[in-house]
Amino acid sequence: MATAAAHRTAQAQDASGGAADTGAHQHAFDAAVAAEERIEPRDWMPDAYRATLVRQIAQHAHSEIIGMQPEANWITRAPSLRRKAILMAKVQDEAGHGLYLYSAAETLGVGRDELLDKLHSGSQKYSSIFNYPTLTWADVGAIGWLVDGAAITNQVPLCRCSYGPYARAMVRVCKEESFHQRQGYELLLALSRGTAEQHAMAQDAVDRWWWPSLMMFGPPDDASRHSAQSMAWKIKRHSNDELRQRFVDICVPQAESLGLTLPDPDLRWNEERGHHDFGAIDWTEFHEVLKGNGPCNEQRITQRRRAHEEGAWVREAAAAHAAKHSGETGVKQA
Amino acid sequence: MTTTVTATAALALGDDALVLSHRLGEWAGHAPVLEEEVALANIALDLLGQARVLLSTAGDEDELAYLREERAFTNLQLVEQPNGDFAHTIARQLYFSTYQHLLYARLAVTDGEFAPLAAKAVKEVAYHRDHAEQWTLRLGDGTGLSHERMQRACDALWRFTGEMFLPVEGLAVDGEQLRSAWLESVSGVLRRATLTVPEGPQSGAWTAGAGRQGLHTEPFGRMLAEMQHLHRSHPGASW
Ligand SMILES: [Fe+2]
Ligand SMILES: [Fe+2]
Repeated sequence: MATAAAHRTAQAQDASGGAADTGAHQHAFDAAVAAEERIEPRDWMPDAYRATLVRQIAQHAHSEIIGMQPEANWITRAPSLRRKAILMAKVQDEAGHGLYLYSAAETLGVGRDELLDKLHSGSQKYSSIFNYPTLTWADVGAIGWLVDGAAITNQVPLCRCSYGPYARAMVRVCKEESFHQRQGYELLLALSRGTAEQHAMAQDAVDRWWWPSLMMFGPPDDASRHSAQSMAWKIKRHSNDELRQRFVDICVPQAESLGLTLPDPDLRWNEERGHHDFGAIDWTEFHEVLKGNGPCNEQRITQRRRAHEEGAWVREAAAAHAAKHSGETGVKQA
Repeated sequence: MTTTVTATAALALGDDALVLSHRLGEWAGHAPVLEEEVALANIALDLLGQARVLLSTAGDEDELAYLREERAFTNLQLVEQPNGDFAHTIARQLYFSTYQHLLYARLAVTDGEFAPLAAKAVKEVAYHRDHAEQWTLRLGDGTGLSHERMQRACDALWRFTGEMFLPVEGLAVDGEQLRSAWLESVSGVLRRATLTVPEGPQSGAWTAGAGRQGLHTEPFGRMLAEMQHLHRSHPGASW
């Protein structure tokens, strides 16, 4: 924890004589957030702040591991060994992101097993974008370019999130996501400049992934449930619509360089606003996919549950072995 | 493609690495625990890196990987065996990485063409072997169920291990010496894991040297069909 915040929290504890004096704690917390200091695991924090972070970090962690599935779908069919190596490394990175994020959640007092149970039972969500299928090789590129690209736009501001462990995890994650974004772009560029079939494959993928990518920023500001409080807590720094606009403005020139079209007839530069205008998002689709009615909701969660259930005997064996051999040296524990 | 002695050996070792990497890649999204998603991908990536260097010694890596027919692949039958449950994957890893480690340690100190590659790869493979050993110990000496599964996996794959010690043209390694070092190492791990060293023959009576001579097992054709399909569907395209 930053020293000033520590000092204030300590003062608050002294003032309360050890009993919880929420007023003083709240005051110290608010002051630390206002001063752009990081809240650390051992600092006092409001219950609702903790709950919001747990929900958001868990959902983010779940998205990383569910997000492995649509791309892993192409590892065994990658059309060159170089692309295969890049894709395997990417999917591995996503598993690593899951690990950092579950660890960040653990600092708030919830274990990975508990969170995985909530994912498997459907009581916690993951990003809806992964409920769309990867139908061709070009989808791997479209995911890298658009989905990792949208994730970066969302996550760069999270590097300054008020909660220290989450902010630090985001710094590492964003570095890797920007590799993924560039690799996806480069994959699409190769297809776009390739044969007519390859070009068509790339265009088709962008046609299918564009709108769902815009939905990744969440509902419009006037319908967003958690936004205002998260902004006040400096968990969130920009509104959903601001980030979405930023993403569109980034993508338009990139699509041009790719030689691909974004599937939106209303997309055009607005001189007055200094931004691109774009067409209306189909929020019915968004809510339907969120509710579980997307093309792959059932498939993704079933695969996740199956991997977990089929791996139970392995985890049990590791635990039994560790218990039998605790205290020995030379045998590493799982 | 050249067919020098070196190319023959590079293809044999390169195909081993390519095929095992592919099999390990099939685990992505299915591993029993998140740490193993990372570990199995790590091993797969190391092997793919080795495969690319070795295949490039023999020709164009993508032509060799994607355009050869099944009978032209000279990998060991062991590495093409399906993943099965996690115990089968670990048994396959233990058998192969022990072999690869012994082989590369020997090649690294010769002055042959493979010395530079082997010197680098032997460090990677040491980790693969350690990973397999630790899991063999956990599964063998874990629960009753894991013991049973690990024993079954070790027994099932034993018949594919004899092929590793047959001479490969271009590799100056003593096969019998390799076999006894391998046996000692693997037996030691299995015993510490409270497992029984399998007693059956180390190769099927009808398939001496099979994989190295381009004779494979049924699942391999399906694996290649999946791996090669997209590349073959777009002749001449670059990716
Ligand atoms: Fe990620
Ligand atoms: Fe990513």
